[in-house]
Amino acid sequence: MDMHPVGAGASRGLLRFLTCGSVDDGKSTLIGRLLYDSKLIMEDTLATIEKDSRKHGTVGEEVDLALLVDGLEAERQQGITIDVAYRFFGTPKRSFIVADTPGHEQYTRNMATGASNSDLAIILCDARKGVLTQTKRHTFICSLLGIRHVVLAVNKIDLVNFDEATFDRIVGDWATFASGLGFTSLVPIPVSARFGDNVTLPSGNTPWYRGPTLLSHLETVDAEHGAEDKPFRFPVQWVNRPNLDFRGFSGTVASGRIAVGDGVVVAASGRQSRVARILGPDGEQPAAAAGEAVTLCLADEIDVARGDVLAPLADRPEVTDQFAAHLLWMDEEAMLPGRQYLVRFGNLWTSASVTAIKHKVDVNTLEQHPAKKLDFNEIAFCNLSLSTRVALDPYGENRTTGAFILVDRFTNRTAGAGMVNFSLRRATNIHTEEFLVDKHARAGLDHQKPMVLWFTGLSGSGKSTIAKLVEQALHREGRHTYTLDGDNLRHGLNRDLGFTDQDRVENIRRVGEVAKLFVDAGLIVLCSFISPFRAERRMVREMMGAGEFVEVFVDTPIEECVRRDPKGLYAKAMRGAIQNFTGVSSPYETPEKPELRIDTLGKTPEQAASIVLSHIRHLLDQ
Amino acid sequence: MLTPHLRRLEAEAIGILRETAASFRNPVLLYSIGKDSSVVLHIALKAFAPGRLPFPCLHIATGWDFRAMLEFRDQRAAELGLNLIVHTNPDGLARGINPIDHGSQVHMSVMGTEALKQALDLHKFDAAIGGARRDEEKARAKERVFSHRTSGHTWEPRNQRPELWGLYNTRVNQGEGMRVFPLSNWTEFDVWDYIAAENIPIVPLYYAAPRPVVRRDGVLIMRDDERLPLLPGERVEELWVRFRTMGDWPLTAAHESRAATIEEVIRELRESRVSERAGRLIDKDQEASMERKKREGYF
Repeated sequence: MDMHPVGAGASRGLLRFLTCGSVDDGKSTLIGRLLYDSKLIMEDTLATIEKDSRKHGTVGEEVDLALLVDGLEAERQQGITIDVAYRFFGTPKRSFIVADTPGHEQYTRNMATGASNSDLAIILCDARKGVLTQTKRHTFICSLLGIRHVVLAVNKIDLVNFDEATFDRIVGDWATFASGLGFTSLVPIPVSARFGDNVTLPSGNTPWYRGPTLLSHLETVDAEHGAEDKPFRFPVQWVNRPNLDFRGFSGTVASGRIAVGDGVVVAASGRQSRVARILGPDGEQPAAAAGEAVTLCLADEIDVARGDVLAPLADRPEVTDQFAAHLLWMDEEAMLPGRQYLVRFGNLWTSASVTAIKHKVDVNTLEQHPAKKLDFNEIAFCNLSLSTRVALDPYGENRTTGAFILVDRFTNRTAGAGMVNFSLRRATNIHTEEFLVDKHARAGLDHQKPMVLWFTGLSGSGKSTIAKLVEQALHREGRHTYTLDGDNLRHGLNRDLGFTDQDRVENIRRVGEVAKLFVDAGLIVLCSFISPFRAERRMVREMMGAGEFVEVFVDTPIEECVRRDPKGLYAKAMRGAIQNFTGVSSPYETPEKPELRIDTLGKTPEQAASIVLSHIRHLLDQ
Repeated sequence: MLTPHLRRLEAEAIGILRETAASFRNPVLLYSIGKDSSVVLHIALKAFAPGRLPFPCLHIATGWDFRAMLEFRDQRAAELGLNLIVHTNPDGLARGINPIDHGSQVHMSVMGTEALKQALDLHKFDAAIGGARRDEEKARAKERVFSHRTSGHTWEPRNQRPELWGLYNTRVNQGEGMRVFPLSNWTEFDVWDYIAAENIPIVPLYYAAPRPVVRRDGVLIMRDDERLPLLPGERVEELWVRFRTMGDWPLTAAHESRAATIEEVIRELRESRVSERAGRLIDKDQEASMERKKREGYF
């Protein structure tokens, strides 16, 4: 096979594909084989690999081709790929970008990453082992991420003596699983990555196989998404305004085509205009299509910002703040419904929470199960709620405007990847009611500033005792107050909630909403809740206006709480009679920047209360 | 005319550059004067036209840059009206750190890596755009387009964020930073083809010319000034040579060549059986040296 580096003759376009499979199925070896057979391995690189093969290699005296692609020291020593690696090669017919993605379970997120940017997937399986759980998992994830073309590479066919019956059995097992997953093409190929059979050249060892070699299939498969034929979508990335005479909206055309003179609408606001000019990388151009990075100038001075989506008047995206989606969780910290995350849709960042998990998908059997949370590598069908309305399309119709990521608010880790199924309602015509009598008007009657005093700490730390004393003092001053605590909420509004992590999140969410209404009513609200998670305390903080949330960390060491044990709960928890007890069998996340931290050791409750009062004194009379 | 393939790579790079400008408070373009950063600069000018570059350019000068690179840098900066910042590690300068006496590792660590961290801290840059490509080296193949760095500028290979679709996670906490690589998906050939198609000026050292070189440890080192002492038996020869990559001159091997135009350079590369980094003496110091350097904050 005569191959050339990318760019040599690759004018026919680019195919992005990924390789996935179980540990030891030979993914890295297969890519190494494609590079090696394509004569893309330079002499000095080969010399290094030969040296490394003797040190780390797993194939005896031969050159271990997997070492060409397994980059990081740690994984070389463990003999497994732990991250996505990108490789580049080409033939006279096509150029390729390969995402090499790992097989073992905890790194499934990397596979999804590779799949999100690919048009075709090569799923490997070991001919000796057949279709494994991981093979099914990867097939399903490819389907979920919208890949329509799949190759099943039945590798190590040499180790089953090039047996046709074995190949047929594996293909049968896999086809049963994969049919109905929406693939356009399913191509099984018997290969030996180590020896090269059916990779770039037809193998004399498999005379019964009449299909294409892997490479000739990759060169000829039509994997275009047809993005140009879809409705025009233009997520605005950057407003280019160098001077008063020029105002352009820069971005990459997500789908469809646009030409000078075409009418466009800003999806969220409904404002309309026409395209007056299109600037491409080389200056003015009459039109632009999917994938092109351009700057559009409009005929009218309408309000457009980064994050907006421009669309044709007649074929607009949904604009909504409620939708259903498949969500793949990629963070070690589980997803809890009600918890706030940052979300990115196109170029728009806002916040989101899962309002309901409809069901979790068992990726091995495709069975649906109920779930209250989503752990690392789990996939669920969920309802989500956003704090802003966004323009979106179902992922099946548009892989750009139908995709989103969720980001943890504290660590900034990319925690989830989502694919929109459908909007839950057209939120276009719903407006928030504005009351003429507002919070400030109500609070003004009372001559006080409404706020939330949020007491957090372990059970038995003294939260409620201190809060009670603070409330009494405020009441004596003629301030209008109200206390929310476990006693008055858990018996009524939150009667249906237990003490699992997800119920604790929901408990605090409801407390937050009630506190917000009371603040709106002009009250000083004292909340005393263990509230062990930072994320929920922050969620409540963000519900309130600036300066309205005062977090009081009642810092009593666990040993002291256990010693006091006013309700005998620690004794019970330590016997195992209470599940999920904070500090014993469930974590407490210490506040990082509370407005106030009170060390209760050596202080009377009255002293602690006076610290709180003196802290809020200056706020109260603002 | 660009091929559809290069057109697509260019569009991707433009999107990444705009994303950086839109998402960060104070980004900077690391201009190393090599061919890759020359391509990034060229694309950045397109990305923000008719506006100007919305960020400055930064060059880390080690004191051992080829003179031709510095001339080229100043000429380009003047032509394009760049806001160019040049930084050299003052501590390293005071201590007289150099590649001859201290070896390539110490020199690059102090005058390269440390200097870069100093400059990023000094100007409070929260995103640094570079020309690195995934095809350069194995440790790079796994690099993200938006690569997160901790507050100590270090790279945690096990703790990198997955990048799905084009939905880059550009969030950083106070004091943390991002390295951004718009040419992630380009190969060495793509870069050369693009330079040829777009007629981008590059440092003349990439083209063959008669230059004074010394043969040492089996490679050709250009003697750019008198600071390189000649060992017994060594002599300076004038040979037709060129460079495949740019770096500090005592650490960058030349090879004999007559390729004096871009077409000839591309033809020579197509016939070459040696990888790009073979000319970089600093990478051979130890196995997996690139990964180690990256963890420490090397670009």
